Amino acid sequence: MAVELMSGMSDSVASAAPRTRSYRRATTEGPLVRGILIALALGFLALFLVLPLIAVFIEAFRKGAGEFLFALNEPDTLAAIRLTLTVAAIAVPLNLVFGIVAAWTIAKFEFKGKAFLTTLIDLPFSVSPVISGLVYVLLFGAGSVLGPWLKSHGIEILFAVPGIVLATIFVTFPFVARELIPLMQDQGTGDEEAALSLGASGWQTFRYVTLPNVKWGLLYGVLLCNARAMGEFGAVSVVSGHIRGLTNTMPLHVEILYNEYNFVAAFAVSTLLAGLALVTLVLKSILEYRYGDEIAAAARH
Amino acid sequence: MDVSIKSVRKEFDGYPALHDVSLDIRSGELIALLGPSGSGKTTLLRLIAGLERPTVGTVFFGDEDASHRSVQERNVGFVFQHYALFRHMTVADNIGFGLKVRPGASRPPKSEIRHRASELLDLVQLSGLENRYPSQLSGGQRQRVALARALAIEPRVLLLDEPFGALDAQVRRELRRWLREIHDRTGHTTVFVTHDQEEALELADRVVVMSQGRVEQVGSADDVYDRPNSPFVYGFIGDSSALPVRVENGQLWLQDRSIGIEATSVPNGEATLYFRPHDIELLDGCGGCIAGTVAASRRVAGTRRVELEVGGARERVEIELPVEHPAGASGRIAFRPRRYRVFPAHAM
Repeated sequence: MAVELMSGMSDSVASAAPRTRSYRRATTEGPLVRGILIALALGFLALFLVLPLIAVFIEAFRKGAGEFLFALNEPDTLAAIRLTLTVAAIAVPLNLVFGIVAAWTIAKFEFKGKAFLTTLIDLPFSVSPVISGLVYVLLFGAGSVLGPWLKSHGIEILFAVPGIVLATIFVTFPFVARELIPLMQDQGTGDEEAALSLGASGWQTFRYVTLPNVKWGLLYGVLLCNARAMGEFGAVSVVSGHIRGLTNTMPLHVEILYNEYNFVAAFAVSTLLAGLALVTLVLKSILEYRYGDEIAAAARH
Repeated sequence: MDVSIKSVRKEFDGYPALHDVSLDIRSGELIALLGPSGSGKTTLLRLIAGLERPTVGTVFFGDEDASHRSVQERNVGFVFQHYALFRHMTVADNIGFGLKVRPGASRPPKSEIRHRASELLDLVQLSGLENRYPSQLSGGQRQRVALARALAIEPRVLLLDEPFGALDAQVRRELRRWLREIHDRTGHTTVFVTHDQEEALELADRVVVMSQGRVEQVGSADDVYDRPNSPFVYGFIGDSSALPVRVENGQLWLQDRSIGIEATSVPNGEATLYFRPHDIELLDGCGGCIAGTVAASRRVAGTRRVELEVGGARERVEIELPVEHPAGASGRIAFRPRRYRVFPAHAM
């Protein structure tokens, strides 16, 4: 029996040997197809992403580093940077809180209208940023009910910092929530039940168990939220009023400088935004590399 | 701590998971809730813990009505099926968690918590693993840490949900013996849920057999195995064979033949005879017995399990024969169960 088997095997080996073929996995393609696809992808990226990025830096430094620094040191530019940081510093923490609350609500409770709420959270992604801005113009503008009333109490919303903050919050609120909801749903309520059964209060459970379980996903969401908050143009443009040194954020300032043919200054400010994007990208990659499992749960939806 | 459950009903979205369940658990007892999935055993355990509220009925801890107490106030040690260890905390922090979250006055100092965690690790035979993280432990070790964490709060009742469900057979058997030892040493009133009858029968002082949201039988391993009180328990615990029969004046009939078995308390009409495949006597002649031809035969460990066609090949029953029995392969066999029960058809 064993001998037969052996001889049978050597037969088949011998007959297979002359026409040796390189086996490849069923899901892969031939070298030519692979080469073309990779070249296409890389070429596209180079053309649409890398070249423009390099162009920004070249334009910014066209007249030398001195001119670059001088452009950044201009009072209006400094004001724009300050405003952008301020807006992000208000909008991001608020969206952090909102995101956690929304994710907690959706992931851990059962209630009517849950699916509707989930859809609603995605709304800013599907609405044009211009509309997001116009909403606040309609709400707080001169023709509205709220606007004049607030104005009579000395509160300016439109064409002032509060309006910019509101528009930014609107545009960026899905980021944290979207990141956390699938992660929390994935983790279920087992750990929370364990903590409660050990005598922990609701707050202690959240502080010691829920939050640490989602912290990397949360950080990831905050990172994306921050990048968008600083870079938002459309919605902010509608409500800002473009008052130099007062209501101009960095993206708006870039546009103004560019329209004035002040290319060096425009591109100098652009390098800051591009730099922000690069830093975000690097941090995001590090998070993905280091805590991929936890974030992957979020990407799976 | 005595625990008693009085006429508890639990519904989820109008769908009943438990119907009118009552159960008394004596202090220091080790109780198994045994049943197939969907029998409501885990729901009952969670009701005792306070993780669910009964729709109707009350849960008593001692003389105190605990129905409206929160899970924190009940002070129960709950071991979850998948352990639910806090993955970002070390083993020592996991065990100490229940002490750390106590309100100021009753919270022991840090060194005391640390000390207590070490003691408990000794108890569960994991000394020296204080600084490991749950992901660095094997399944059996995680289970032990989960138990140590539950014991740390000095619970009034210890509740375990399928404690060995996710472990392989070897570890499972080991942990079973070990859990019994821990129980005997600490004396906690312990309730555990399992779908593994071997586990329940071996480990528990009393077994609560559940089916479809009802308690079918409560008793010692001997009670539920030797004196099952319903067709379900007969079928669920241990091996059993069932044969549809007819009762006439206290005598059992298989079609037109009397099979020599009495069932005086069963009313006339259709009924089912239950017996254990191994608990039979083989007969030579057949005047009042069950006879059949061998339809299939399988070797199972130390015995041979034989399927017999009886009653004109309409029914099949399983019996066990000694391996060397000549009729094992084919032929005609006559037997009579030594111990049996007859349940009227409407009780099914």
